[in-house]
Amino acid sequence: MKKAELMDYDKALELFEPVLGFEVHVELNTKTKMFCGCANEFGQGANTNTCPTCLGLPGGLPQVNAKAIESSIRLGLALGCEIAEYSRFARKNYFYPDTAKNFQTSQYDEPIAFNGQLTIELESGRLVTVDIERAHMEDDAGKLTHVGGATGRIQGADYSLVDYNRGGVPLVEIVTQMIEGGEADSPEIGRTYVAAIREIVKGLGVSNARMEEGNVRCDANVSLRPRGSNILGTRTETKNVNSLRSVERAVRYEIQRQAALLAAGGTITQETRHWHEDTGITSAGRPKSDADDYRYFPEPDLVPVAPSREWVEELRATLPEPPAARRKRLQANWGFANLEFQDVVNSDLLDAVEATIAAGSAAQAARKWWTGEVARLANVAGVAADSLVHPVQVAALIELVVAGTLTDRLARQVLEGVIAGEGTPLEVVELRGLAVVSDDGALIAAIDEALAAQPDVLAKIRDGKVQAAGAVIGAVMKAMRGQADAARVRELVLERAGTAE
Amino acid sequence: MTNLIKLSAADLSGLLADRSVSSVEVTRAHLDHIAAIDTDVHAFLHVARDAALATAARIDARRAAGDVLGPLAGVPIAIKDVLATQDMPSTAGSKILEGWIPPYDATVVRRVRDAGLIPLGKTNMDEFAMGSSTEFSAYGPTHNPWDLDRIPGGSGGGSAAAVSSFEAPLALGSDTGGSIRQPAAVTGSVGVKPTYGGVSRYGSIALASSLDQVGPVTRTVYDAALLHDVIGGHDPLDSTSLTDSWPSMAAAARAGLADGALKGVRVGVIKELAGEGFQPGVKQRFEETLALLAKAGAEIVQVSAPNFEYAIAAYYLILPAEASSNLARFDSVRFGIRVNPAEGPLTSERVMAATRDAGFGPEVKRRIILGTYALSAGYYDAYYGSAQKVRTLIQRDFDAAFAQVDVLVSPSAPTTAFKFGEKMTDPMAMYLNDVTTIPANLAGVPGMSLPMGLAPEDGLPVGLQIMAPAKLDARLYTFGAAVERLLEATWGHTLLSQAPELAPTEMFASEEGVV
Repeated sequence: MKKAELMDYDKALELFEPVLGFEVHVELNTKTKMFCGCANEFGQGANTNTCPTCLGLPGGLPQVNAKAIESSIRLGLALGCEIAEYSRFARKNYFYPDTAKNFQTSQYDEPIAFNGQLTIELESGRLVTVDIERAHMEDDAGKLTHVGGATGRIQGADYSLVDYNRGGVPLVEIVTQMIEGGEADSPEIGRTYVAAIREIVKGLGVSNARMEEGNVRCDANVSLRPRGSNILGTRTETKNVNSLRSVERAVRYEIQRQAALLAAGGTITQETRHWHEDTGITSAGRPKSDADDYRYFPEPDLVPVAPSREWVEELRATLPEPPAARRKRLQANWGFANLEFQDVVNSDLLDAVEATIAAGSAAQAARKWWTGEVARLANVAGVAADSLVHPVQVAALIELVVAGTLTDRLARQVLEGVIAGEGTPLEVVELRGLAVVSDDGALIAAIDEALAAQPDVLAKIRDGKVQAAGAVIGAVMKAMRGQADAARVRELVLERAGTAE
Repeated sequence: MTNLIKLSAADLSGLLADRSVSSVEVTRAHLDHIAAIDTDVHAFLHVARDAALATAARIDARRAAGDVLGPLAGVPIAIKDVLATQDMPSTAGSKILEGWIPPYDATVVRRVRDAGLIPLGKTNMDEFAMGSSTEFSAYGPTHNPWDLDRIPGGSGGGSAAAVSSFEAPLALGSDTGGSIRQPAAVTGSVGVKPTYGGVSRYGSIALASSLDQVGPVTRTVYDAALLHDVIGGHDPLDSTSLTDSWPSMAAAARAGLADGALKGVRVGVIKELAGEGFQPGVKQRFEETLALLAKAGAEIVQVSAPNFEYAIAAYYLILPAEASSNLARFDSVRFGIRVNPAEGPLTSERVMAATRDAGFGPEVKRRIILGTYALSAGYYDAYYGSAQKVRTLIQRDFDAAFAQVDVLVSPSAPTTAFKFGEKMTDPMAMYLNDVTTIPANLAGVPGMSLPMGLAPEDGLPVGLQIMAPAKLDARLYTFGAAVERLLEATWGHTLLSQAPELAPTEMFASEEGVV
C-alpha cells in the first residue's frame, strides 16, 4: 500500500478546518445474543453458538434480549440522551455472506436514545462538548475469514469461511453530530472521545470494552472545509479503527492526506477507508454515497420497544458516577501527582488500583505494583494487566511486604506464583518457601561459616575496614537464597566479627 | 368395519380413546389411501410412511400403558410444506429449498407432535405461499378432488386437497391473504385463519411477517377447533405472539351446536364483498345462506367497509415489500441448493445471483422485484408508507363494522375452482381472487371458511367466510359450528359426501392395507 501525498499538519490547518464525526460500535456483554438465546461468547469452535434465528434459517424469528434493551437505555442515559418512549427496530437490507438474514436488524428513524452530550477534557485542559445524535441497537455480523489471499483481504482470496458465532451479538452504535472547531486538537478529540465512550461503557458494566478484542470499534469521519468557506467538504469514513492511538493517527493522517489532495486541485471521493495499523495509513475501501439504498422498513417480526418512564428512571438511578467526576475524586483522594495519575488511567488500571486500595493497600504502593511489576508481566504475556491478577491478591502481596515477610524482590517471585495459579500470596510464600529468614540462629550459623571461609575478610573488619563486610554479606545472602534481610545480615556480621575478637 | 378415512378427527378421537381402533390402523388407512390416489391429486410433496407408522405405534403403546393423552393423540395430520419439520424436507414449494431438512421443528409442529398427532407428510403449496392455485409450486400443481382438471386453491391447495380427498382428517395451513380460507372454499373443506399472534409463526417459512398466520384445515368446524386448541397460545420464540390466555375453541364450537345458537346473532353483510361481480352460483348460495340464517333467528345487518376497495392494492405493496426482505436469506450460503454461474468467476455475489435465478420461480421473482421497488428510497412513502395507511383505514372499517355486528360474513372467494392455466398469465386476475380474504389479514382479525353448498352452474363447492373481532376466535367457532349444523340439516348430508370418489377401489382400513 502506497503512502499518499501528505501535507504538513500545521500547513493543513492553516488552509482548512477539519470537521469530524464518529460512529462507535459497542458490543454489549449480555449473556445471550440480541435476538436469540445463543451464548454471547467466543472461543469455541466456529458456528457453535448458533440457532435457526441467528443463522437466518427459513422460519427463524427474532426475540428481543431484554437485558440488551436495559444496557442500551443505561448507556443512552450515561450519554445524556433522551430515551424514546416508542422505539422500533428496522431492517437494513443488503446482501453479504456475513449477514445471515441478508438484512441487519437495526434501528432507523426511531432509535432507543437520542440528543445526548458528552464533554471531554483534552490534555491541555480544554473542554470539548460532543453532541450525540443517537445511540441505537443492532445485531452484529458474523466473521469472515478470507483464505488464500496475501493480506487476509477478500481480494485475491481463494475462498472465505464464515463463523456466525458473532452474528447476532448485541451492539449499540453511538453516532455523533458533526464536530466542528476541533482545529489542531482534532486527532486528540477523536482519541479522547473514544476513550471517554470506552470508560463510560466500562463503568456501566455493559461491555467488556476491550478495543483490541473489538468490543469497542470506531469509524472516524473526516472532512475538510477551506478557511473562509461555509460549505462542508466531502467526507471519508475510516472503518474499524481499533485502538485509541490509531483513532488519533487515522484522523491526523486523513487531515494531511485530504489537505494535500485538495490543495493540489483534487477532489475527495466519498468512500469508506481501511486503516492499516502497521503502516499508519488509510486506503480506499468502497465508494459510499448518501444514496446507498438499504430499503429500511420497520421490522415486522418485532413489536416496538416502549420503555416505561418509571423503568427509565429506575435505570437512571443505577448509573455510576460519571467517569470524569470519578477521576477527579480519586486523584484527590489518593494524592497522586498528575503524571502518576495519568499513568494509571492510560494503563487502564483505575479500577484495579481502586480495588487494591479498597482492599487495604496504601495508594502509592497499589499504584507502584500495578503500573510496575503487574503491567510488566502483562506486557510480556500480551494481556491486559487487570486480567492477570485480582486486586485482592495484589493487596495481600503488598501487606506481606509492609509486614516485612517479603522483600520487594521476593514479592515479585510470589506475584509470579500467584499469576501461575499457585494460590494466594501467603500460600505461594509457604509453597515456595520464600519468606524472609528472620531466624538469627540460621543467619549466625551462615555468617560464622562465611567468616571462617574468609579469614582475611575477618581480619579486615577487625582492622576497621567495615566495607569489607560486603563480601561476607553477599556470601550469606547467597547461602540463604536471597531470603534474608540484608541489613540485618550486616548488623549480625559486624556483631560476630566483634564478638569473635 | 367403518371406513376410517371418512371419519372426522373428533370421531377418530373417540374410537382411539376407547381403543376400538388403533392409531396404527387409522394411520395405515390414510397412508394407503394416499398411496392409492395421490398420484392423481398430488396433495403431498413428501409422505413419511415409516415414521408415521412408528409414531402411531408409540402412541398406541402409550395408550396401552395408561398414559393420559390429548383428544387428538393418534389422529393423523398433514403438514403444509411451509412449516419446518426436522425429520422431513421443508421446501415451501420452492426449488431453492429442494431436499432441505431443517434442524428444528416449527413451534406448531412441535405442539402437534407433543399432542400425539401423527404427521403423515408435507403438503404442496404455491412457492413460498405466493399464489391462489398451487400452480406456482416448483413441484407441479395439486388437483382439486372435486374435479382433477381444476385448481385446489392456494397457496395451501395441498392441505385442502389432502383433507377434502380424505387423505388426512386434519392439516396445517398458513394464511397470508387467504391461503387457508380460499383453498378450503374451493375444496369444500373448513379452514381457519386465527387472530394474528394467536398461533406461533416460529418455524413457518415467512412470506409476509405482518400478515402470515398458521391455522387449521379440516372437514368440520369442530375438528378445526380441536386442532386450534393444540397449536394456539403464546410462544416466546415469536415476538408477535399474543400473551393472552385463550378459551377452549372446542368448547366454543360445542356451544354452537346448541339449539337456538343463531338466535339474535347480529350478522354483518359487507356491502363491498356481498357478491357484486362474483360468480352467480357463489352469489346465489351466499344469499340462500343469509336467508337460512335469518330464518334461524339471526339478525342480518348491512354494513359498509369503504376502504376494502383499496385492500388488494395495499396488500400487494406490503406483502412483496416484506417478502423481498424475508426471501433475501435464500443465498446458497447456509442451506438449500447452490448453483454456480455458467461462466465467469465464482464470487459469492455471483453464486448468490445464479442460485436465486435458478431457485426462484416466476411469481417469486415478480414479487421480490415489486417489493424491492416499493421499499426503494424515494418510493417508500408513496408505496409502502401509503399502504400502511390504508391498512389502518381497513382496521378502522372493521372496528366500525364490529361496533354494529357480532360477526361479518361474505363469500370466501369470488368464484369456484377455476381450471388450470386460466389465470396463470394474468397476475391481476389471480390477485383479485383474494379480494374477500385479504382484509382480514391486513387487520389481523380471525376468519373462517366453511362450505355453503355447490354452485348450480358447475357443481363445485362454495365457501362462506366468517370474520370476528381480533382475539374473538372463539366466536368464529361458535357461530361457524351453528352455521355448519344449520346447512347440513338443510341438505341432509355433509357437503364432502357429495364429492366424487377418487380411488379405483373404495378404501377400507385393513391390516394389509394394500389396494
